[in-house]
Amino acid sequence: MRAARRGSARKAVVVAAIASLGAGLLAGCADDGKDEDGSSSGDSSGKTTITLGLFGTMGFKEAGLYEEYEKLNPDINIEETVTERNENYYPALVNHLTTESGLQDVQAIEVGNIAEVVETQADKFVDMAKVEGVQPSSWLDWKWKQGVTKDGQAVGLGTDIGPMAICYRKDLFEKAGLPTDRDEVSALWAGDWNKFIEAGEKYKEGAGEDTYFMDSPGGLINAILSSEEEKFYDASGKVIYKTNPAVKKAFDLTAEAAEKDLVQAQTQFQPAWEQTISNNLFATVACPPWMLGTIKAKSQPEAAGQWDVAAAPKSGNWGGSFLGVPKSGKNVEEAQKFVAWLTAPEQQAKLFAVQGSFPSAPAAYKLPQVTDAKNEMTGDSPIGEIFAKAAESIPAQVIGPKDQIIQQGLTDNGVILVTQGKSPEEAWENATKTIDNNLEK
Amino acid sequence: MTTRHDTAAPPAKGGAAPGRGPGGAASPGEARKRARLSRRWQRDLRWSPYAFVSPFFLLFAAFGLFPLLYTGWASLHTVELTAPTEMEWAGLDNFTRIFDDDFFWNAAQNTLTIGIISTVPQLLMAMGLAHILNYKLRGSTFYRVVMLAPYATSIAAASLVFVLLFGRDYGMINWALDLVGLDKVDWQSDKWPSQIAVSSIVIWRWTGYNALIYLAAMQAIPQDLYESAALDGASRWRQFIHVTLPQLRPTILFTVVVSTIGASQLFGEPLLFDANKGASGGSQHQFQTLGLYLYEQGWINQHLGRASAIAWTMFLILIVIGLVNYVISRRLRASS
Repeated sequence: MRAARRGSARKAVVVAAIASLGAGLLAGCADDGKDEDGSSSGDSSGKTTITLGLFGTMGFKEAGLYEEYEKLNPDINIEETVTERNENYYPALVNHLTTESGLQDVQAIEVGNIAEVVETQADKFVDMAKVEGVQPSSWLDWKWKQGVTKDGQAVGLGTDIGPMAICYRKDLFEKAGLPTDRDEVSALWAGDWNKFIEAGEKYKEGAGEDTYFMDSPGGLINAILSSEEEKFYDASGKVIYKTNPAVKKAFDLTAEAAEKDLVQAQTQFQPAWEQTISNNLFATVACPPWMLGTIKAKSQPEAAGQWDVAAAPKSGNWGGSFLGVPKSGKNVEEAQKFVAWLTAPEQQAKLFAVQGSFPSAPAAYKLPQVTDAKNEMTGDSPIGEIFAKAAESIPAQVIGPKDQIIQQGLTDNGVILVTQGKSPEEAWENATKTIDNNLEK
Repeated sequence: MTTRHDTAAPPAKGGAAPGRGPGGAASPGEARKRARLSRRWQRDLRWSPYAFVSPFFLLFAAFGLFPLLYTGWASLHTVELTAPTEMEWAGLDNFTRIFDDDFFWNAAQNTLTIGIISTVPQLLMAMGLAHILNYKLRGSTFYRVVMLAPYATSIAAASLVFVLLFGRDYGMINWALDLVGLDKVDWQSDKWPSQIAVSSIVIWRWTGYNALIYLAAMQAIPQDLYESAALDGASRWRQFIHVTLPQLRPTILFTVVVSTIGASQLFGEPLLFDANKGASGGSQHQFQTLGLYLYEQGWINQHLGRASAIAWTMFLILIVIGLVNYVISRRLRASS
């Protein structure tokens, strides 16, 4: 009995030891965390840590901008948390905003969500218009207005925009008997998306079965819609996507291209789509500057220099973000200063040079990083000039709170079906039914 | 282990201390002290168990009961994720519209069909595997660990690999089909192929887990049953049918119930299998399960009220499934 008792006592000691060890380990971790956290309130190492919540590849870190700012401000330390896809990032952001917890010092907002954030979450953000050195006139007018409430509060400052052009493969165009010179190609479809489809038909005749004219139905409908002034909402904020002829036209045109086999049945940014880049399976893609980065990342080395950039039939904008500073962040003031610096024209130009994110501040268009920009994929083409020209003719588009849901429905539950053999009518019905159900409160 | 009765609590019947020692040698002060101690013992005895179990109930109240009630409350309102505090009374509107909601019934049907084509083969295969493992095998521990490996893999990692395998253009399965001269299958966009693909992820993940449960139950079956069956000339197969299966009946029922619940909450696999990386379960909602639809309404479309009503409806459906299971198991028990 005694032995048994001692045995259990020993066991208890061992358990206690393990438990305390575990607790010690946990405490160790917590300590580490506290060190970093502690520095954010500026005590242990005397440094302030500014945290950023970002999505996708925004490229600030890659472009060395954090390092530069840390060098300029030795008491600042910058850390980012990146969620790969905005579809995952945004719901979490909304959740954190409504509960005002778990927010980083700086939060990125995608252009597809900015209208909703401005409309419903503005009171959670500080007014960036009041930060020293921030001039509304530094940004493209429409870009600035997208991030501002009716009362004039700037919820976020614009980072990049996505002036859209058409990237095309010179070698595939040549094989198909189409012109390869960038101006001739631009002239081929200037001013009208119908002409773009016609060019696609010509391409198909010449090139045969191996390759497609365009990468995906989603890319095409997005490009057409991006060049419209009104798409899903009218200026008064009413949902008009179903009755807006521009939307139906974009849908029908994309469906037509899909029926004629001009677009391949892929969804953009999925592994299978990325593989078609590396296998050189399509000749054109709607192409904001950042798309060149995607192409480069997914291409084989021998594809370098095979691409070129022509003007889109009509200019449009695809992509772009804003940086906002939530009121409940730990270092509001430092974060504001940092965001103002990060979105200044000089930094936007540097970001373009490394990352291909096109500046939303026109002053940057005259900076050498933009004017002299070259891209490995497009050889010697003056891409800075081409995209700057596109940027200046982008229409001021009405954007609405649920743009993303509507667009996703049109693409993922609509035109993609045509590539799978459904009729355009069935696809439209499936898309509108899905969207209406998703919009209904 | 010894128990020292002298330090344990006295019998719970009241007033132990004054009752003790009718010899009456204790001074009044000591008697009071004893009475106080005794009261403390009693309070301790009565309330300590509640303190010991309280962590569970506190956690349950915070993470189980409160969300349940809050969801119920939210389901009676029109409320958006962008402003969860602004609730507008909607009565039973969120529930009644479910009856006309094609997407809900589509999801319910998908959940049922995916549930069936994943659960049935899964349990049959688990049974077969368990039967094989129940023989004397060299390295049996190794096989058991191997079988549990899929269960230990994260759904996300597993699903992503399966997405690659089931790819239309570059997937290994279509490549293999092509090798044997069959046509490519569009695993993402057609109804049955996509459901089969989702089921295969579920089957891969849970078969080993169920097999281990069956194996444990098989090893509890007394050997002499097999010996006497063998003496009667029963083959291995007959032994399996007439000895193993009847003995496993309660275990089988358990796995059926657990798998049914798992299947009705299916979420991660179809979410990650979606090529569009949305929650619509394919471009025609062909593999959207109820869990996915709930998520889409609540977190993508931000309609918390609607999502709550769907959650409660799912909860009620689960209760019905549970009752059906209960009735069937009682019937089975009665018939045996």
